[in-house]
Amino acid sequence: MPHDHSDHPHALLPPDPALRVKALETILTRKGLVDPTALNEIIDTYQNKIGPQNGAQVVARAWSDAEFRAALLSDATAAVSDLGYFGRQGEHMVAVENTEAVHNMVVCTLCSCYPWPLLGIPPAWYKSDAYRARVVREPRKVLADFGVTLAADTAVRVWDSTAEVRYLVIPMRPAGTEGLDLDALAALVSRDSMIGTALAQNPPQDPV
Amino acid sequence: MTRVHDMGGRFGDGPVIPESLDAPVFAADWQARALAVTLACGALGQWNIDISRHARERLSPQDYTGFSYYQIWISALADLLVERGVLTEADLAGQGQEQGQDQADDPAHPLAGRMLKPEAVAAVLAQGGPASRDSDQRPKFSLGQAVRCRRPADNCLVDGGHSRLPAYAAGARGYIFRLHGSHVLPDSNAHDLGEAPEPLYAVRFAARELWAHPEHRDDQVILDLWQSYLVAL
Repeated sequence: MPHDHSDHPHALLPPDPALRVKALETILTRKGLVDPTALNEIIDTYQNKIGPQNGAQVVARAWSDAEFRAALLSDATAAVSDLGYFGRQGEHMVAVENTEAVHNMVVCTLCSCYPWPLLGIPPAWYKSDAYRARVVREPRKVLADFGVTLAADTAVRVWDSTAEVRYLVIPMRPAGTEGLDLDALAALVSRDSMIGTALAQNPPQDPV
Repeated sequence: MTRVHDMGGRFGDGPVIPESLDAPVFAADWQARALAVTLACGALGQWNIDISRHARERLSPQDYTGFSYYQIWISALADLLVERGVLTEADLAGQGQEQGQDQADDPAHPLAGRMLKPEAVAAVLAQGGPASRDSDQRPKFSLGQAVRCRRPADNCLVDGGHSRLPAYAAGARGYIFRLHGSHVLPDSNAHDLGEAPEPLYAVRFAARELWAHPEHRDDQVILDLWQSYLVAL
């Protein structure tokens, strides 16, 4: 069992995490330091307004607009800001492009840095010890956990976000998507494909 | 710094368990509250991002490894609130539940004027907090240049202090891959020693430089590293 060391202030709060955060919120609210309505607003933002659909729009545009793609690769912060995607944990963006030669993956081994304005709040596995510990050493075994196998001659490049720079992986555009519009392309771009633990999905096949 | 958080390359953690792409953003309501309370307290302006990261790393190793992700956040936040004088231990021990006393009896908190208001949330989140700064330190390294990471990966300013040089890269040889401009130095900023901005680079390491048994000879790891973390080769 984990236990709290009594010389740490947090040990004065209830050990149960739900009660712990509730107690802290209650104290802070009572002192006029947090407003529960503002907390609801923050939660609504990351639950409903900001998420991987933003990043998928960026990738779809990069796939279909050569000028935007060049701008994105040259200065991603400016390019995504122009689309309205800027803010906390996305102040310094860099886009990296998957090719037949190089497959990119992103991690933060020291905590859980992640491009919030483009992908939202990271999934639990991204924040897990297993992902943080393993992906820099054995990215291909981690990919296997996701059911992904790369070609033998594809190099893996793992970006460990140790600073405030946040990385967005542009997955390879699947074959057979030439006629698709931006929304149809974005639907092929999953959150995991923009972290590098998945590939873009193939387009749905027309019924024969 | 306990280094318990610095787990890159560690063995023994088992499989990564993917979750469904349509899983809820927060697995439990308290996790959402933990994130929101943490962000709202950040708006009080009593610490910076490096201080808050360091507060999480300074949990005891037993707590850090025993706690789930948002438990780490909320526990570090409680510690930080007391350390920075926003709350007292008596506040935490009383848990805001004193009998026969309501909010109206409390004197106004000196920081109450800084409380994040609901109507300000969107603007604060959209504004963010860029870490780029002008620096009087010129870039010492150029693209493609070979460099070596300082070893050991310790904070040079504060014994046991915060650093963003992962232990697995300490002493390793890499190549300058990208210059990000100048950024706030966490090793200084986490300890109230000033922002001390300096050039920040993306440095490319061959996996075979880092690991005795890399999975593939062409694999690479790229780290963002400050100039003072690096020496010329």
